[in-house]
Amino acid sequence: MVAAVQRFFDSDIWWSFTRSPVTVISAIVAFVCIAGAVLAPVIAPHNPFDLASLQLLDAFKPPAWSEEGEPTYLLGTDDQGRDMLSAIMYGARVSLLVGFCAVVMSVLLGVSAGLAAGYLGGTVDAVLMRIADIKLTFPTILIALLIDGITRAALPRDVHDQVAIYVVIFAIGFSNWPSFARTVRGSTMVERNKEYVQAARVIGLSRGRIMVSHVLPNVLGPVLVIATLQLGFAILAEATLSFLGVGVPPTQPSLGTLIRIGNDFLFSGEWWITIFPGIALIVLVLSVNLLGDWLRDALNPKLR
Amino acid sequence: MFAFIVSRILQALPVMLAVALISFAMFAYVGDPVAIMLGQDFTEAQRQALIRDLGLDQPFFVQFGKFVLNAAQGEFGLSYRLSRPVLDLIIERAPATLELALTAAALALLIGVPMGVYTGLYRNSWLSRVFLTFSLVGVSLPTFLIGILLILTFSVWLGWLPSFGRGETVKIGGWSTGYLTWGGIKALILPSITLGLFQLTLIMRLVRAEMLEVLRTDYIKFARARGLTNRAVHFGHALKNTLVPVITITGLQLGAIIAFAIVTETVFQWPGMGLLFIQSVGAADIPVMAAYLMLIAALFVTINLIVDLLYYAVDPRLRIGGGKGGH
Amino acid sequence: MLMRRVGLAAAAALLSLGLGVAEARTVRWAAAGDPNTMDPHSQNVGTVTMVLQQVYDALIARNPDLSLRPGLATAWTQVAPDRWRFTLRPGVRFHEGEAFTADDVVFSITRALQPTSNYGIFVDTVDRAEKVDELTVDIVTRTPDPILPNKFASVFMMSKSWAERHNATRPQNTRAREEMHTVRNANGTGAFRLALREPDVRTVLRRNEAWYGWQEASPLPAGNVTEIVFRPIASDPTRVAALLSNEIDFVLDPPLQDLNRLRAAGNIRVLEGPEVRTLFLAFDTHRDELLYSDLRGRNPFRDVRVRQALYHAIDIQAIHRTTMRGQSIVTGTLFPEQVNGFVREEDVRLPYDPARARALLAEAGLPNGFGVTLDCSNNRYVNDEQICQAIAAMWTRIGVRTQLKAQPLGPFFAQIQRDDTSVYMLGWGVPTLDALYSFQSLLATRNGAQGDGIWNYGRYSNPAMDALIQRMKVETGAQRAETIREALRLYREDVPHIPLHHQMIPWAMRSNVTIPHAANNQPYFRWMVVN
Repeated sequence: MVAAVQRFFDSDIWWSFTRSPVTVISAIVAFVCIAGAVLAPVIAPHNPFDLASLQLLDAFKPPAWSEEGEPTYLLGTDDQGRDMLSAIMYGARVSLLVGFCAVVMSVLLGVSAGLAAGYLGGTVDAVLMRIADIKLTFPTILIALLIDGITRAALPRDVHDQVAIYVVIFAIGFSNWPSFARTVRGSTMVERNKEYVQAARVIGLSRGRIMVSHVLPNVLGPVLVIATLQLGFAILAEATLSFLGVGVPPTQPSLGTLIRIGNDFLFSGEWWITIFPGIALIVLVLSVNLLGDWLRDALNPKLR
Repeated sequence: MFAFIVSRILQALPVMLAVALISFAMFAYVGDPVAIMLGQDFTEAQRQALIRDLGLDQPFFVQFGKFVLNAAQGEFGLSYRLSRPVLDLIIERAPATLELALTAAALALLIGVPMGVYTGLYRNSWLSRVFLTFSLVGVSLPTFLIGILLILTFSVWLGWLPSFGRGETVKIGGWSTGYLTWGGIKALILPSITLGLFQLTLIMRLVRAEMLEVLRTDYIKFARARGLTNRAVHFGHALKNTLVPVITITGLQLGAIIAFAIVTETVFQWPGMGLLFIQSVGAADIPVMAAYLMLIAALFVTINLIVDLLYYAVDPRLRIGGGKGGH
Repeated sequence: MLMRRVGLAAAAALLSLGLGVAEARTVRWAAAGDPNTMDPHSQNVGTVTMVLQQVYDALIARNPDLSLRPGLATAWTQVAPDRWRFTLRPGVRFHEGEAFTADDVVFSITRALQPTSNYGIFVDTVDRAEKVDELTVDIVTRTPDPILPNKFASVFMMSKSWAERHNATRPQNTRAREEMHTVRNANGTGAFRLALREPDVRTVLRRNEAWYGWQEASPLPAGNVTEIVFRPIASDPTRVAALLSNEIDFVLDPPLQDLNRLRAAGNIRVLEGPEVRTLFLAFDTHRDELLYSDLRGRNPFRDVRVRQALYHAIDIQAIHRTTMRGQSIVTGTLFPEQVNGFVREEDVRLPYDPARARALLAEAGLPNGFGVTLDCSNNRYVNDEQICQAIAAMWTRIGVRTQLKAQPLGPFFAQIQRDDTSVYMLGWGVPTLDALYSFQSLLATRNGAQGDGIWNYGRYSNPAMDALIQRMKVETGAQRAETIREALRLYREDVPHIPLHHQMIPWAMRSNVTIPHAANNQPYFRWMVVN
C-alpha cells in the first residue's frame, strides 16, 4: 500500500500535476465543491427542505456582507426564506449525484459494448457500432426529453415525481455511452492481437475472463479521461433539462432548478438568487473540465 | 451502390418507427388537452363529446396506428392549441430555426477553425492559452446562462441589440428571411452566438487536435525537409488534411444545433420550431409535439444517410465490405 | 367588392383628415400569452378577449371602471320579466363593409348558444333571440334574468353574411378536420381592425377611423393610437428586458418582482390596479377519507374546526408583503368590491393565530396534526406556486405536514376537474360582476343543472347555501341583496374556503403612454394616448 502511494508520487502523472498550477487549483476547487455537496446534510447551516423552519419573514435577505444582510445567511435567502448557501450545497449534491451516476451508467454500458464489439468482432461489432452511430447523431438533450416523456406517459404522476431523478440519470447516462464504446472498441482491437491475450487464450481462459481481467485494465486510461470530461457534460445536461422544466422535480432542486427559479429575479434587485447558483454551476463544471483536460494530456504521451 | 443505399434506408425505418411510437406515447397522457380546450365553463356532455371528437376514447394502438398512417402522408392533424394544420405551423416556423442554425454553424466554423489552427501551430503561446481557457469556459457554461448574460449585457445595459424575436423579416415566396433587413440581422446576432458558442469550442478543439496529429506525421516532416515554407506546410498540407473530419463533424452537429435551438429559442423567444415545441409541451398539444419529434428524427436519419454515402464515395474499402461496420 | 373597399378607404381618409389624426402612432404591446384563436365565440379566456375586444363590439360596452355603457345597442330595457329589448345603433358597418342589423344580433346570440361555444355562461338563461325590426331585438329568457346586460357585455357581435360566406356559422371546433376561417380572420365593428395575424409571433391591429365610438362622449378623451403591434413574450425576464431596452411600449403582465426595477428606470410607468379575481383554498369535504393524506378512517376537512385551524395558520400579511410585494388585496370574502353583492362588513378574516390553530386541531382530536397534499397551478395566477409554498410551510408549522404539488395549468385543471384532490388553490374571476356567478359555480351542490357547482371540486354541499343560491337566481332588488349578504355570512361561518386575496394586476408602459387601468385585465386601446 505504502509502496503504491510512493509509486504514485514518483510517477509522471504526479509530476505533471504539480507542474500545472491551474490543475492544482481546479483540483482543490473541485474537491471543495464535491466535499461541500456530499457533506451537505452535516455541514450546511440550514436544511432547506425542512418546511417547518422556513419563515417568510426571512425571505429576500441579501448576502451577509451587504448592508441588510444577516450573518446567519452568508449568501442571502430566496423568496421563501431559504438559505441560499444551503440550497446551493444541497443542489450541487443533486447535480453531482445525477452527473456521477449518469457517467457510471455510460461507462458500464459503453465499456461492455466496446469490449464486446472489439473482442468479438463480426456481426456483434457491426450491430453495436451501428447503434452507437445512430445514437451519436441524436443530441443528448433530445434523447433525454424523449426518455423523460416516455416515463411520464407510462407512470402515474406521483410515481413519476418519485423516480424522476432516476429517469434523468438514465436519460443522460443512456445518451452518452457511445463515446466510451468507440474508444474501448478501438483499444480492444489493438490489445486482442497482443501476445499476452493469445497466451491467455491458449491456456483455455474463457472469453469473458480474458476481456475483464486482461483487456479491460489496459483500456481504462482513456475511459477515465472521457469519464471526467463527460461528468461536466452530464451536469450541464441535467441543468439544461431542469431549466426547461423536465429535469429533477422541484422538491429536489438541483443547481439547474435553482438557476431557473433565480432567472425570475434577474432584474428585480435580488441578484444573489440568480447569480450564486449560476456561479456554483460554472465553477463546478469548469474545475471538473480542467481536470479532465489535464488528465487527457497527461495520459497521452504523444502530446508531451 | 444501390444495395448499400437500400440497406441503409431499411435500417433507418425501424428508427423512424420507434421515434413515432415514442413521440406518440410520450404525450398521450401528459396534460389533458380536453381540459385546456374547454376553458373555464363547460358541461360534462361537452367534455365527453370533445373526447370522442379527438378520438381519445379509442384504444392506444388504434390511436397509434392512425397516427402512423397519417404521419406517412405528412398529415399530423390539427394543433389543439392553434386549431391549424400542424404541418403548416412547422413549415411557417422552419425558416426561423434554419436561419438561426445556419448562422450559428457559420459563426462556429469561421471563428473556430482559425482559432484551432492557431492553437495547433503555436501550442505554447499565451494567446493559445487564452483561446484554450476561453474554450473551456465556453464548454462549461450552459447555453441558457450564456443567453441570459448576453441579453443582460447587450440589450439591457448597452441597449445595442434586441433581446427577443426576429426583428423585421422579408417574405420571399413561402420563406421569411431575416437576412435582408438590418433589424433582422441585428436580431440574429445574440441568439446565434448563444447557439454557436458550444460548437465553436468543439470545432476549435477538434482542429487543434487534428493539426497536432497531422504535424507529427512523416509526410509533413518530408514537406519540411523539402524546404517548403512554413506557410505552405501549414495551410497547403496540414490544414487541408484536417478539414475532412471537421466538415464531417460539423455536418453531424447541424442536427444537434437544430435540437439545441430549443433552449436558445426559449431564452430569446425566437419564433422557430423549438419554441413551438416548448409552447406545445406547455399546452399538451400532442399533434405538434409528435410531428416535431418525427421531423427531427427524419432530419437526423437523413444527415446520417448523407454522411454514410459520403464516406462510401470517399472510402473504397467500404465498397467491398458492403454496409458493414465501416471504421 | 373592391370598389366598395376603395370607397370606404377614401371615406376613412377624409374623415381622418377632418379630425386631424393624420400622424401614425404605433404602440408595441407584449404579454406572456398569445390568443389561440380569433373566433369570437370559441375561447372564453383573457388572452383571447384582450385582442378580440379591440376588434369586436358587444351590444353593451364597458367604461374603464367596468360600469356599462352603450355599445352596439343604444338602449336596453326589461319589457317583461323574461324579455329584454335592445335598440340597436343605426349606421354601423363591419370592417369589411357589411351593415350591422338585427339579423347579425340574432345570428351572434344563436352562435354563442351553440354547443361548441365557450361563451355559454353568458347566455345560459337565453331561450332565443327575436328580431323585432331592423334595429330592434328581443332576448327571451327561460327564467327572469336581472343581470343579463352584464353578461351581454361579453358576447361579441359578428356579421351573419360574412360568417355564412366563410362557412363559419358555428364557433370553431377541433372536430372540423380543416382550419376554420375565423381562427385567423376577424371582421368586427370595433375600434381596430385585424391587419395581420401570425400566431405566436405577431398580431397587428389598425385603427378603424369609421368607428362610432371615437366621436362619442366618454369618461376619457378618445385615444390616438393608429396601429397596435402585439407580440407574445412568454419568458418573464425577456419581457422585462424588452420593455427596458425600448423594444416594447406596453406590457400587460409585468412580473411582480421586477416592478421596483421598472419604477426605478425613469422612463417607465407602472400602473397599479386590482383585478376582479380572488384566490382561495378549497377542501375536499365530500369523501369519508382523503385521497392524499396519511390520516386513515376520517376526513379531517369535514370538521369545521380543522378548516378554521388551517385558516388561523395562514399569515396572509406576510404573503401580501413578501410573496406578492404588496400587489394583492387581502380578503376574507368570496369576491372583491367591484362585484354586485359585495358587503364590506362580511370582508373579515379569521386572524393569524398559530396557537389558536393548534388548539383547534387538538379540539378536533388531531393534536399531532396530519399530512396532506396541496394542489396548485404554477403558471396560472400571479406567483401561484410561491403562495402555495409559503402556505405549505405555514401549515407544516402547526403540524399539518403539507406536501406541495405544483403543476402547469393543463395537468392541474385536468386533475382537479376529476375531483382528484384533497385541497387546492383556485383563482376565480367574475366576468359578470355579479355574486351569483361565484356562488353558483363554486359553492352550489353539483346537481347536473347548468352552472350549479361546476367548479366545486371539493364537492362542498350545504342545503342552507343551496337554498340561498336558488333564491339569488330569481329574486331582484333589495330582497336579492339581503339573500347575497346572508350567503356571504354563511360563507364566513362555515369556512368552505380559505379566502386569500384579490389579485392585483399592475401594467407597465413607457412614460409617453397612458391608458386607463381596468379591473378585468382588458386593455381598452380606444382610450390609449401616445405622446
